[in-house]
Amino acid sequence: MNDSRGRNRPPLSLHIPEPPARPGEEADFSHIQVTPAGVAPRPDSFAAAHDLREMAFGLVRVLDDAGQAVGPWDPRLSPDALRTMLRDMALTRAFDDRMFRAQRQGKTSFYMKCTGEEAVAVAQTHALDREDMCFPSYRQQGILITRGHPLVGMINQIYSNKGDALKGRQLPIMYSSPEYGFFTVSGNLTTQLPQAVGWAMASASKGDSRIAAAWCGEGSTAEGDFHAAMTFATVYRAPVIINVVNNQWAISSFAGFAGGEATTFAARAIGYGIAGLRVDGNDALAVYAATAWAAERARTNNGPTLIEHFTYRAEGHSTSDDPSAYRSADEGVKWPLGDPIARLKAHLITIGEWDEDRHVAMDLELAESVKVAQKDAEKNGILGHGLHQPFETMFEDVFEKMPQHLKEQQAQMRAERMRKWPDGGQGQK
Amino acid sequence: MTDTPAPSRRMNMIEAINSAMDVAMTRDADVVVFGEDVGFFGGVFRATAGLQQKFGKTRSFDTPITECGIIGVAVGMAAYGLRPIPEIQFADYIYPALDQLVSEAARIRYRSAGQWHMPITVRSPFGGGIFGGQTHSQSPESIFTHVSGLKTVIPSTPYDAKGLLLAAIEDNDPVLFFEPKRIYNGPFDGHYDRPVQPWAKHPASEVPEGHYTIPLGKAALVREGQDLTVITYGTMVHVGLAAVEELGVDADVIDLRTLVPLDIDTIEASVKKTGRCVIIHEATRTSGFGAELAAQIQERCFYHLEAPIERVTGFDTPYPHSLEWAYFPGPIRIGMAIEKVMKD
Repeated sequence: MNDSRGRNRPPLSLHIPEPPARPGEEADFSHIQVTPAGVAPRPDSFAAAHDLREMAFGLVRVLDDAGQAVGPWDPRLSPDALRTMLRDMALTRAFDDRMFRAQRQGKTSFYMKCTGEEAVAVAQTHALDREDMCFPSYRQQGILITRGHPLVGMINQIYSNKGDALKGRQLPIMYSSPEYGFFTVSGNLTTQLPQAVGWAMASASKGDSRIAAAWCGEGSTAEGDFHAAMTFATVYRAPVIINVVNNQWAISSFAGFAGGEATTFAARAIGYGIAGLRVDGNDALAVYAATAWAAERARTNNGPTLIEHFTYRAEGHSTSDDPSAYRSADEGVKWPLGDPIARLKAHLITIGEWDEDRHVAMDLELAESVKVAQKDAEKNGILGHGLHQPFETMFEDVFEKMPQHLKEQQAQMRAERMRKWPDGGQGQK
Repeated sequence: MTDTPAPSRRMNMIEAINSAMDVAMTRDADVVVFGEDVGFFGGVFRATAGLQQKFGKTRSFDTPITECGIIGVAVGMAAYGLRPIPEIQFADYIYPALDQLVSEAARIRYRSAGQWHMPITVRSPFGGGIFGGQTHSQSPESIFTHVSGLKTVIPSTPYDAKGLLLAAIEDNDPVLFFEPKRIYNGPFDGHYDRPVQPWAKHPASEVPEGHYTIPLGKAALVREGQDLTVITYGTMVHVGLAAVEELGVDADVIDLRTLVPLDIDTIEASVKKTGRCVIIHEATRTSGFGAELAAQIQERCFYHLEAPIERVTGFDTPYPHSLEWAYFPGPIRIGMAIEKVMKD
């Protein structure tokens, strides 16, 4: 190779990021600066982006270690609102637990939990209007649950059964629901971010009052679509909230492989002239307050906000993943920001609005409701056991009107099914 | 192949691919592998397992999640003089990298009149049959065969996977190396309701530990017959072979192994012998590689054909999660096409 090695200059070296701990090593979160709850200032929601610089490096926190809500970001929610939020988070977790088990029992092909991240989707949905449009990634099932989407419908989708509104076409958990303001989830990462910006631009151009919100992981901020979204968002001052859920891990890659060693993900906003907030993602009240702030900013034509939700992916990436192969086993227990459900529960108990008995009773009730929904859904079938959508539906919705070549292929498919099962085989795999 | 040194051992396709990279990295310090989850973890399918531990973090490393970036830096590394093997975790995720592949890697030799060349091998698992839904099942090979300056390679056995991958890595032009993930762990006859067979029972799972190559652009005649030519590649080689045996047809079965450059001579000789031809691929039908094959065959063999050429393909829909086996071009679809071709 024709190079300049050996010249009288120091040799270059390539930096490859490495997480603080790997399997067999003790988890180490000493690099994480946990600022005390209540100390982050709360600027006006119309403040200029360049005056918000420090918000991208701090951490908005409301719930302190004693279970009190403190500081200017305390959204001062009623006990009823807090209990509803707690319940939505607990239901999300109960749902995840049961569906994860369903996958392990062979009832479907795939599942993704959001354990440890429930505050993000749930508290944010509480802070958004019901009519605001969400462009989620694959770990925001809490939006649908908070908006009251029937669990049976979600499970039908997970089972790809004959009751599945998406006709069995999508991988489990890739939900879609215009009625619940939930855009169709893509398996391709971060494509939803510019789409959310476009929706928000359309809403603004029509003089609408609805805003958009989008979610991606810290890992996928590396995708070009993230940067396209940020550019359009700032250029057109789009009424959009861009949420980066920094759960520390993108499958086996720690946040350092997305640039997390050098700066925060909230600080991505600075270069674009966008407001950036960095929030304790396991603090439901901080997440709620930051979202309400960003929503107010968007609704008053002050433009987009990037929120980094600093949280931890407490489970594997998906049912296809085994995190014990690449991260320290005790990370979960050593994570310095605790568990979002436990923290909101402690707060409610601290202020005398909740107790252990009620919590246990609630968890039992929620587990039972998921079980009932699952049984109902299973009447429509589980994946690979015959009770699927009619075979013909495979060719629908490719286009609004089915062209000739798809009609011919549909006829071919029917002929194949008749050959395999002379009765038509609709009950077959 | 150039040489077949002993010793050999049983490998599945993942192990054979891993072995190819191990051999290439041992022989050439300029060979580097990288991609999402490729380094410490060794890849979500384990194809790069152990390479970081053996060759160090600067030769096998994780990347940010940006396919455009992964291929873009591969172009830059190749410009420096390295021999990069970027991995795109699923072929379904390759589209953000299209500009770097189509406008850059494919054309840099041409537009610089040979000042630079791009010895890049893009590895990517592709194809369905694993309940991967729309975003983990696609077969986008014909998008790349349509681009001048890109080679496209698709193996069907562990032995071929290693020899072809080594040839791709040593090739001085950019190669798309699509790995049929359905057959990573065993061949698949298309009967989804029968038990999975491991590679260990297949002769092509006996793979030399050392270096050997299978030249790009050379097809394999994996079954010899007189009455029909079946042309296919990847997973569908095994499905096609099983279908031919089940129907009792005396067929040539050609495993293309490389789509570009194409071994048209092997195809021409076979079709002129049999006069009948069925082309099988899992990818969607319209503008699929089968159309290119059919066009070239009629150009060269028109007066030898006894029946119209049949294509057996995936349907022109996205890959449906729950109706996967009604979508997949399995034994029934292949059987109907063969019957039609043999009837005329």
